[in-house]
Amino acid sequence: MVLAGAVLTVSLRNAVHCAVALIVSLLGTAGLYLLQRAEFLFAVQIILYIGGIMLLFLFVIMLINLDESRQERHFVKGWWLGLALALGTGGIGLRWAAQRNWPGPASNQAPVPGGNTQLLADLLFSEYLVPFEAISLLLLVAIVGSVLMARPKPTASAPSKGAKA
Amino acid sequence: MSLTSIGLGHYLALSAALMLIGTVGVLTRRNVVVILMSIELILNAVNINLVAFSKHLGQLHGQVFAIFIIAVAVAEAAVGLGILIALFRNKQTVNADEVDLLKW
Repeated sequence: MVLAGAVLTVSLRNAVHCAVALIVSLLGTAGLYLLQRAEFLFAVQIILYIGGIMLLFLFVIMLINLDESRQERHFVKGWWLGLALALGTGGIGLRWAAQRNWPGPASNQAPVPGGNTQLLADLLFSEYLVPFEAISLLLLVAIVGSVLMARPKPTASAPSKGAKA
Repeated sequence: MSLTSIGLGHYLALSAALMLIGTVGVLTRRNVVVILMSIELILNAVNINLVAFSKHLGQLHGQVFAIFIIAVAVAEAAVGLGILIALFRNKQTVNADEVDLLKW
């Protein structure tokens, strides 16, 4: 399911169809998190990725009207070069990885009574407190930056205060 | 194959394949929106890796890193789409090979 969604994401022609295929892939990833007893990441994946990022993508797709989606070419001119490059490096990596013997299934730990979320919060707010604050600062900068870039330009009839600078 | 026999290697193979598909998408597509989606695919592949190792080693540090990666992905998507809107307003295109603002 994850791989099928991913393949459809990069191969479909319409951008909205690509977004729907990406949602399928992200849902499969969320299922994998649940399978690995990462319940908090499962919830975060559903809410943030599927609820937040995909909504943002769909808004932008509809904002810039894709009239040119009926155009002929959807891939760049040197697409065969990019495909060969990616498949070549991926093939080398996979062949290297196939030669190693990976460990089998991990021993099943007993489920913790407090749950995955509580342990994760303990770790996040004790050992990783400084990166947590840094990431919040990064998000703030990203919000301000994206609003600044997506803002329409001040026109000549209504100059803004900072236009002279 | 029962569900419990899925080991670390399976997750790593899935993650590698997902990253490969994302790389192909980044390198071959023209539409910038789809390129950004492919970047999300790559970040998801990394997250699968981190969670698989976290489960395998019995530690939670990998999941904390996955949370940080998700946050960075959100910031990246917001900034990328902001750039995209500004680009579309100025150039009326979303194709990556038609953006030649720096070409003299």
